Amino acid sequence: MLYRESGDYKVSYAQDQQLFPIVQDRWFVIGVCAIAIFVVPFLINDYWEKSVLVPVLVWALAALGLNILTGYCGQVSLGTGGFMAVGAYASYKLTTAFPDLNIILVMLLSGGVTAIVGILFGLPSLRIKGFYLAVATLAAQFFLVWLFNKVPWFYNYSASGQITAPERLLFGVAVTGPNSPPWATYLFCLFFVIVLSLIARNLTRGHIGRSWMAIRDMDIAGEIIGIRPLQTKLSAFAVSSFYIGVSGALFFMVYLGAVEPTEAFGIDKSFLVLFMIIIGGLGSVLGSFIGAAFIVLMPVLLKNIMVGGLGWPTDMVAHLIFLLLGGLIMFFLIVEPHGLAQLWRITKEKLRIWPFPH
Amino acid sequence: MSPDILNTIEVILNGLMTGVMYSLVALGFVLIFKASGIFNYAQGVFCLFAALTLVGFQTGQIPFAHVINVVFGSNIHHWGEGLHTVLAIILTIAVMIGLAWLVERYLLRHMVNQAPIILFMATIGLAYFMEGLGDLMWGANIKTLNVGLPSGASFWWEDVTREWAEPGTRYLGMYIDVLDVWAAGIALALVVALTIFSQYTKTGRALRAVADDHQAALSVGISLRGIWVIVWSIAGIVALVAGIMWGSKSGVQFSLSLIALKALPVLILGGFTSIPGAIIGGLVIGVGEKLFEFSIGPLVGGATENWFAYVLALLFLMFRPQGLFGDKIIERV
Amino acid sequence: MKAKRYSAIPAAVVALTLAASANLATAAELVFPSLSYRTGPYAPNGIPFADGYADYFTLLNERDGGIGGVPTRLLECETGYNTEKGVECYESTKGEGALVYQPLSTGITYQLIPKATADGIPVHSMGYGRTSAANGKVFSHIFNYPGTYWDAASIIVSHIQNEEGGNLKDKSIALVYHNSAYGKEPIRTLEELSKKHGFALDLLPVDHPGQEQKSQWLRIRQTQPDYVLMWGWGVMNQVAIQEATNIRFPMDHFIGVWWSASENDVLPAGERANGYKAIAFHGVGDGFPIYADLKEHVVDAGKAAGDGSNLGTVLYNRGMYAAMLAAEAAATAQKIHGVKDISPQQMRDGMEALQISQARMAELGLKDFGPEINVSCENHGGPGLGAIQQWDANAKSWSLVTDFYGADREIVDALIAEDSSAYASENNITPRACN
Repeated sequence: MLYRESGDYKVSYAQDQQLFPIVQDRWFVIGVCAIAIFVVPFLINDYWEKSVLVPVLVWALAALGLNILTGYCGQVSLGTGGFMAVGAYASYKLTTAFPDLNIILVMLLSGGVTAIVGILFGLPSLRIKGFYLAVATLAAQFFLVWLFNKVPWFYNYSASGQITAPERLLFGVAVTGPNSPPWATYLFCLFFVIVLSLIARNLTRGHIGRSWMAIRDMDIAGEIIGIRPLQTKLSAFAVSSFYIGVSGALFFMVYLGAVEPTEAFGIDKSFLVLFMIIIGGLGSVLGSFIGAAFIVLMPVLLKNIMVGGLGWPTDMVAHLIFLLLGGLIMFFLIVEPHGLAQLWRITKEKLRIWPFPH
Repeated sequence: MSPDILNTIEVILNGLMTGVMYSLVALGFVLIFKASGIFNYAQGVFCLFAALTLVGFQTGQIPFAHVINVVFGSNIHHWGEGLHTVLAIILTIAVMIGLAWLVERYLLRHMVNQAPIILFMATIGLAYFMEGLGDLMWGANIKTLNVGLPSGASFWWEDVTREWAEPGTRYLGMYIDVLDVWAAGIALALVVALTIFSQYTKTGRALRAVADDHQAALSVGISLRGIWVIVWSIAGIVALVAGIMWGSKSGVQFSLSLIALKALPVLILGGFTSIPGAIIGGLVIGVGEKLFEFSIGPLVGGATENWFAYVLALLFLMFRPQGLFGDKIIERV
Repeated sequence: MKAKRYSAIPAAVVALTLAASANLATAAELVFPSLSYRTGPYAPNGIPFADGYADYFTLLNERDGGIGGVPTRLLECETGYNTEKGVECYESTKGEGALVYQPLSTGITYQLIPKATADGIPVHSMGYGRTSAANGKVFSHIFNYPGTYWDAASIIVSHIQNEEGGNLKDKSIALVYHNSAYGKEPIRTLEELSKKHGFALDLLPVDHPGQEQKSQWLRIRQTQPDYVLMWGWGVMNQVAIQEATNIRFPMDHFIGVWWSASENDVLPAGERANGYKAIAFHGVGDGFPIYADLKEHVVDAGKAAGDGSNLGTVLYNRGMYAAMLAAEAAATAQKIHGVKDISPQQMRDGMEALQISQARMAELGLKDFGPEINVSCENHGGPGLGAIQQWDANAKSWSLVTDFYGADREIVDALIAEDSSAYASENNITPRACN
């Protein structure tokens, strides 16, 4: 009853084209952002920061990046882990080589480096399609991780090849390193996530986004109506890799603080991000967030219920989590193959016409 | 011949053998993809599950013993001495067939006509489910698998090849693992059996019809669901064979499910839809990665095998975007 | 954005209620978290260790009523050997008064080194993790006694030297290693040793998970090194030992690190693994008096973490040893500070002042189980002693074939000083003064 657009008249083009055309949606998003910015930092503690909020934000950003490539442009990629590693190592090299460089700039530059690498590994996409393209990105995944593991320059010649994030300040507050307060790291990640998702949202409804979708839906048809496959596909690779690179840099600098390439950026991470966007919804910004939240939080939630709440043995619970997570994935796909974002969309549609469904 | 040439031949020979082992895993993927257009991510977990079940029957483990003990406070582990290997294998095959039926009944039936990537995701859900189930049923500890296959270096072959070396040079003879030879033989038998099955039996012909065109097959009265159960059962049996071969080497443990990753480049190289492609792809990857590691590996610090397989597949794909034996992609607007 | 909040709400409710209920329950007890991994690719190794760790604390509670009269509580948290899950475990358990962490994975250890130091909670990475953490001046809260990987590499080389009659000139040694931070640890030490003793070193990395090692073992077969060392983990161990027996490499010239030395690793290769050697920093088997107590108070009382079948296996022993060292450190802390219910900071002081003599070991029912331990402010790496154990495939048991002896301190200490000072300068740490 509350959620409908009757009475919400659009009288200018600007109003008609705004990001959230329905007034309730708009206020809802603004409200959520306001709570996230102004309320959550006062309530957050170490556990919420390190186990819930920061991981969700970081993975949501990676999922957003992959969604641009796979969901909007239709290019399946299994190289996310490798590209995240590029972002992480770029940020490490940049911040240790130039300790005074502003940390926000470091993050953005890491994204830029990843974008270049992404374009390079995106080149085969012009010739190879579908599942076969996954091999090009898998080559990136394995080659990049091998490279970071093998060449000592990338990890500053440390004995074991682990990299550790040094402490960096922003406005006098540590945002990386062990002494950073939870609210600072959280806000730092939130800043990137909000800005980058707004950009993504606008990109995908503009000229570039529409050409991506044309290529996704049928590349030959797209080519015939004048979309250049080369520029379009490579721009999708570049933008997507930029997002993934920033997320990799945040993953290393803010979330974990110390990584080694083989474990932190393995092939399982690439699959994980792919799960997120399929479960959340391909071609949906919202879906990236839902998917990341589902995949990151569901195991934590199940574990807290079963180990903490019911007191079952930890190993049995770990097996049960696998069982339940798999079961839930299958269940949701049977109920709604287009992801959780589609469920949300349908709910909204139903709400708009409620209580008269016909 | 000089020892260097012999060493290279040895590397190629062992690469071929490794390739066969990769092909065994890849075969299961191809069967399912051909018949139902599903890239079955869970194939690796099937290998693990089949091997776990086989060991469980062989040693007489009680399924879900850990859960039963926790719930009822009992302390049970085994119900007896275990079964004879042949009986255990037959029972495991029955379990895999039952599993195929369950997958069709509760998963595939609800997912007809979905996009390939959605089906792929559903099999990932299945993989998670089976991982949890396998560990809950049989426990996560490592198990030794012995079905009576011989293993170790072949002395006979070493003696024969030692004569080939130039007199006066120190050469030990060529190494080949007997288990690998068995694996190759079994893989060959499997491919021959599959070919005969699909060429000369009624079910086999129906299978090929479904692979060709789902709609047309349905319209001439072939039961798509029946075919799916059969194909998933066969893939389950192939998974059992692969599980036995790999499990005999390393013991049966969680890592067995990761061999699926080794099959990926093989599939891509050989094409998702071709059984001979899976074999040839496996051999090419096996020889390629071993030769590269042997010749270039020491220069760049080794451990190149993981990425080399993909780069090799990538190079092939640049010239044939549908894999070596895959169906030609025809694009129309 | 919207949905993120939604899914977070149930998690919030559960986590908060848990935290609340847990806080109520903390009435004078010593909390020892156990970041175990009973699932995932390394589960076969994680299960016995976690069982041993748990059983020892159960024994203390059942037999002695805890440590110094204060009962212990074991907080088990499943990591699956995964760093992110390890972080979640750390954050969720540290609020409950966790005294010392055993991260049990290289990734989680590196993760916790800065974090736990900032939180003032000690970490005991026993025989793994960052080797240079042995320098207590830089790493105030990290302990890795009784030995490190660099000690291990050096001890193995000395063992080879003894076997070869003191001369390693013109000998060749190959290292087969897990291609990760863990596997790369011994390389620098071995390189230094190879310079000093003049043996040739060949490095053969194996990528995770390591099911396929044909290339590496063909190369070993073709180059015929005199000795092969292994820094392996998980499935890599079983396959390597199997391949070594396949190419008929003399097994007593094949020496693994202590993480490549459990029954799990050698059993799949059967008879042919006979003679395989590995380094150990504690005793083997169940021929120690403490096992009678464990059987009586824990296993037969039905309180064992596992089914009781893995008592006396290498990794069970290691878990139990780790628990024993933690308990002794807690007792030391109680003595130093004169309080029963110690804090993590006091636990750290206890670990730094830990002294375990052979007499004390005998009292504990572990006579000759391990070397004497004297931890000090500057040395967190313990005595750095190791012995060589050998596998008897017929008896299906390990036995120690040498005494415990020390590493080449000249080389190892120099490397530790170099690496820890690099860490200190990178992270702006001023080494503390030890008097």
